[in-house]
Amino acid sequence: MNITEIIVVSLIKIVLVIVMILVAVIFLVYFERRISAWIQYRIGPNRVGWKGILQTTADVMKLLLKEDIVPSASNKTLHTLAPIIALFVAFSTYAVIPFGPDVTIFGYQVKLMVADVNIGVLYVLALTSLGVYGITFAGYSSGSKYSLLGGIRSSAQMISYEVSMGFSVAGVLLLSESLNPQKIVLAQSGWMWNAILQPIGFITFVVSAFAETNRLPFDLPEAEPELVGGYHTEYSSMKFAGFFLAEYANMIIASAMITTLYLGGWQIPYIDKLGLGVTLTTLLQVGAFFLKVIFLLFFFIWVRWSIPRFRYDQLMSLGWKVMFPLSIINIIWVACLIMIFNL
Amino acid sequence: MNLELILFIVLALIAAVSAVMVITQSHPVMSAIFLILNFFALAGLYLLLNAQFIAVVQVIVYAGAIMVLFLFVLMLLNTSSEFKVLTDKKFIKFFALLISAFVFVQLAYLIFFTKPSNAVKGNLNVSSQIGTIQNIGKELYTNYIIPFEAAGFLLLAATIGALILAKKKFE
Repeated sequence: MNITEIIVVSLIKIVLVIVMILVAVIFLVYFERRISAWIQYRIGPNRVGWKGILQTTADVMKLLLKEDIVPSASNKTLHTLAPIIALFVAFSTYAVIPFGPDVTIFGYQVKLMVADVNIGVLYVLALTSLGVYGITFAGYSSGSKYSLLGGIRSSAQMISYEVSMGFSVAGVLLLSESLNPQKIVLAQSGWMWNAILQPIGFITFVVSAFAETNRLPFDLPEAEPELVGGYHTEYSSMKFAGFFLAEYANMIIASAMITTLYLGGWQIPYIDKLGLGVTLTTLLQVGAFFLKVIFLLFFFIWVRWSIPRFRYDQLMSLGWKVMFPLSIINIIWVACLIMIFNL
Repeated sequence: MNLELILFIVLALIAAVSAVMVITQSHPVMSAIFLILNFFALAGLYLLLNAQFIAVVQVIVYAGAIMVLFLFVLMLLNTSSEFKVLTDKKFIKFFALLISAFVFVQLAYLIFFTKPSNAVKGNLNVSSQIGTIQNIGKELYTNYIIPFEAAGFLLLAATIGALILAKKKFE
């Protein structure tokens, strides 16, 4: 392919991914409210559209039409920059997630990911470590003590859990011998899923992912009984919508990462033994990827409405005294596996 | 002009301008923000040199961890703007000028009067593979294993030292 074709194909993929995320977030917010209602034995939103399916669209319209209030004590530039950073980080992480195997469309060999990067996993880790800036800047620039406390809590929390997240990923890298997400997926063929081979690493990664996305039970940066609204107390209208969108987009990226690293990505065990055609197999595999992601998203929502919030010191001691040693034990476990079975 | 040159000029400009902004801003938080921008431009320059791993580590370690801690402290202290203690003293200005002139002469000498390094004249394929994580890992664990372990040991000692200092009472 020459350079123009590469640019055109990449642009198409970028637009497709962004549209997919936006649509997914709209449905995710709706399903979060419906599932929470179901768990709490309520009815939930059911008026706008068929069974309330257009509720999120109505909410977005409401947010867009609201007045954008910027506090006079705030740092205006940073106040505007913060939601932009949060959104940029959330969206650009999707670039390296493989949705399926390489396919041939109209004679072109197309990879079902935006960018096939050698250091894909490190790229994701680098961007998630930047996600903290959106929240920290929001907390600092608002000029409110609740926001500041939320921002500071979030930076401490994210740094602590990034460590155990990085160490859990190291176990995956040992087994797959690559940082390329597509190769990590291919290394998990059959039932050799990383979730089965290294269950401890799977658990530490999932817990860290919850902490990194600021979801309950780790949503201390926005704990409403203590901090009003946390880092986004002073945000309204579009900018608030930006943070909201970023949080849900982060949830999707976390699910996609867990799927890619631990649940075999787009692979269905032994599907090639069934002798289906290439097209059908590929379609099933892409479908399997999305099914796994949807299941994990349901799990995120399920946990949110089942487990109460941690106290701040509990959060820190869980991160450093439980998750961090466990993730190191996982590395030793994986190294022993490789040594004994020559995986 | 090829794409690489254009990217280099853009990134180098961002790096230089943000580096100047770091020292001219009076507000410490704004200085820290420009320093983060500078780190990003540097990471981009590393990518242009095919050093993917160094570029990503630059972002993870400097922009993602160290600067977050910097900002953390700055926000907790909530310093409004810098104190003007040193700027009105004559001899400090003199020494500042002297030191910058010295560094400038050194750099100018290095750039204009020495031969450019000729390390990357060989096979383009080989030189583009040098910065990959596989090669760096192999070098670190074979040729440079002793410095690598020594650095790790020093970091461990520093961590334990920090822990002891942070403890209020010695039991």
